[in-house]
Amino acid sequence: MRFVDEYRDADRARALGERIAAACRPGRRYTFMEVCGGHTHTIYKHGLEDHLPPEVNLVHGPGCPVCVIPMGRVDDAIHIARQPDVIMTSFGDMMRVPGGSGSFLDAKAEGADIRMVYSPLDALKIARANPDRRVVFMAIGFETTAPSTAVTVLRAAAEGLSNFSVFCNHVLIIPAIKAILDSPDLRLDGFIGPGHVSAVIGCQPYEFIAHDYGKPMVVAGFEPLDILTSVHMLLGQLAEGRCQVENQYARVVPWHGNRVALSAIGQVMRLRPHFEWRGLGFIAHSALAMAEDYAAFDAERVFDLPGVRVADPRSCQCGEVLKGVLKPWECKVFGTACTPETPIGTCMVSSEGACAAYYNFGRFSRERMRAAADEPLAGEASRA
Amino acid sequence: MSREQQVLDRIERVRRRKPVVREERITLAHGAGGKATHTLIEAVFLEAFRNPLLAPLDDGAILRLEDARAAFTTDSFVVSPLFFPGGDIGDLAVNGTVNDLAMCGARPCHLSAGFILEEGFPVADLRRVTASMAAAAAAAEVTIVTGDTKVVPRGKGDGCYITTAGVGLIEQPVTLTAAGARPGDAVIVSGPIGAHGAAIMLARGDFDIEAPITSDTASLHGIVADLLRAIPQHVRTLRDATRGGIATVINEVAVASEVAVVLQEEKIPVRPEVTGVCELLGLDPLYVACEGRFVTVVDGEHAAQALDTLRGHPLGSEAEIIGTVADDPPGLVLLRTTFGGTRVVDVLVGDPLPRIC
Repeated sequence: MRFVDEYRDADRARALGERIAAACRPGRRYTFMEVCGGHTHTIYKHGLEDHLPPEVNLVHGPGCPVCVIPMGRVDDAIHIARQPDVIMTSFGDMMRVPGGSGSFLDAKAEGADIRMVYSPLDALKIARANPDRRVVFMAIGFETTAPSTAVTVLRAAAEGLSNFSVFCNHVLIIPAIKAILDSPDLRLDGFIGPGHVSAVIGCQPYEFIAHDYGKPMVVAGFEPLDILTSVHMLLGQLAEGRCQVENQYARVVPWHGNRVALSAIGQVMRLRPHFEWRGLGFIAHSALAMAEDYAAFDAERVFDLPGVRVADPRSCQCGEVLKGVLKPWECKVFGTACTPETPIGTCMVSSEGACAAYYNFGRFSRERMRAAADEPLAGEASRA
Repeated sequence: MSREQQVLDRIERVRRRKPVVREERITLAHGAGGKATHTLIEAVFLEAFRNPLLAPLDDGAILRLEDARAAFTTDSFVVSPLFFPGGDIGDLAVNGTVNDLAMCGARPCHLSAGFILEEGFPVADLRRVTASMAAAAAAAEVTIVTGDTKVVPRGKGDGCYITTAGVGLIEQPVTLTAAGARPGDAVIVSGPIGAHGAAIMLARGDFDIEAPITSDTASLHGIVADLLRAIPQHVRTLRDATRGGIATVINEVAVASEVAVVLQEEKIPVRPEVTGVCELLGLDPLYVACEGRFVTVVDGEHAAQALDTLRGHPLGSEAEIIGTVADDPPGLVLLRTTFGGTRVVDVLVGDPLPRIC
């Protein structure tokens, strides 16, 4: 398939892998964080680490939208969904995220009307078709999905829809990266920057990472060759003593971002003074709420919310995983008490979560996997 | 042993524990054909009905009647929408049960059909469904010999649900079981995967995507009979790849046989339009349902002959050898990606797509 196959070519990957190995200084280890869950998913889905030399270590960052939703917000959303006249709409990823007492999937089985949508505009369609019900969209995600939520609210306002509201949980990537940079227990050599978020905010907002913290960043695309190329670019910067924000994903990401999208967010939403992140705690100015002018579409004002803060389960180490301090398998409950079917932590829920990606795609000794994978196909020899 | 290896070993031990249903209510994931379905079947149904004929949990039970061996199976259909490109609930209801019999190595003979109809369901639609069933039965050379009808009040059903059961005769000297795979065997898929699931998804009209995809629903008894005639002693396993896709059935084989299966991504046939839809929606075609494709494990030395036989049948012209059975690591399915990496292919968790069949 065009625009996909050329970024998944094994020969080019092998060649790039050799150049990456050659760019590593002997005896030095390099640790890069891929900020975005989409990258984590790509790395595991394609077995990308097989092309990396042992000197290069990738750690997984906080950029998975459902992974950072705190349990209390899930409980609030379920509280809204349980109101008898409410239809709650949500992305599929959200369905299994555990709150303090169950997930959307559990609430749905108990009778709440919770529907999966692929876009907030689908939620708007449901609102138009059900004028006697109150339709709420569970808005999650970084700057990637915030514009589509904003556009949906603008459309609802233009149509004068009175039975539609948004439970806004949009979060911002820059404060999260800053929190990680300020975390004392972290040793990073550079960042693989989030491609989709950057298509909205551009590359310029990351410059403080290079200037103030002295860490290079390469904004990367989501195909496996994009990520390998970005690793090579990071090593190049380190070898040459440069420290910059570079854009590997120029085919999608404009340096200054998407002004139309940013202005839609600016019109409909406002910055929260602080917001709780799963595992990372409260981070100032790190999330968006609905603006005053659109209060009628703000589920937090339309409904009475319990707003109870729920502490993460003590056994759960999502915070350390989200900060890249722990590899998924180093978490105490990984794969035993916490699995994709019965997740304790959010990292095990979404296919973009580091733990789920590792559990589903990588849960095995790479040496034994490689040994097995080298077996030739039966029947090939006899046909040749 | 490294710390990572200790953790991984502990996880494998947990995965082998007896399954427990933790939920207090049925969720859609229990119907998706993945992990939750397996847990429900083993912890509730098998626990209540346990007997030697049921316990292998193959596609059908093998009964001994005097000197004959018969296969017996049942399947329910709740697909939404009822009519979709390439078929309807009627074709599925016949082909699904015929295919389960075929996977037991049986020649399908007779079916039953039970209908649960919702008050208000148009008789014209029912006629359309039964006409499809009659055509599918004729094509599969089976007769529908008994049936039942119930009507539920409006709002208590969704138009039409169908349950079929079937019996077939096993006439070849075959032993087919998910536990039969051995190192050195070859894994073959009978044709391009994922078309049924993709067709249903698009037919629901939830996305503004148009693609020329039709369901692959078909009865597989003919192509299976060709294979079993050609190498009756060398076919270990037959599984039709319905809910959960080929990934799920191959995992069942790896676990039951305590072997590793290594798949080659570049060999797995997927039509470009199905790949496109899956890329757009973030689905993995390995987990998308088929209704007219099967996976077979055959003795590696007879793999080429098996492939030639399958390709000689119209339903198998695009069959491919997609993988090999190895001894280590037992119970695991690995994928050698087109990108040159290796990863685990696990059983489906959750439900990407409810009511696919």
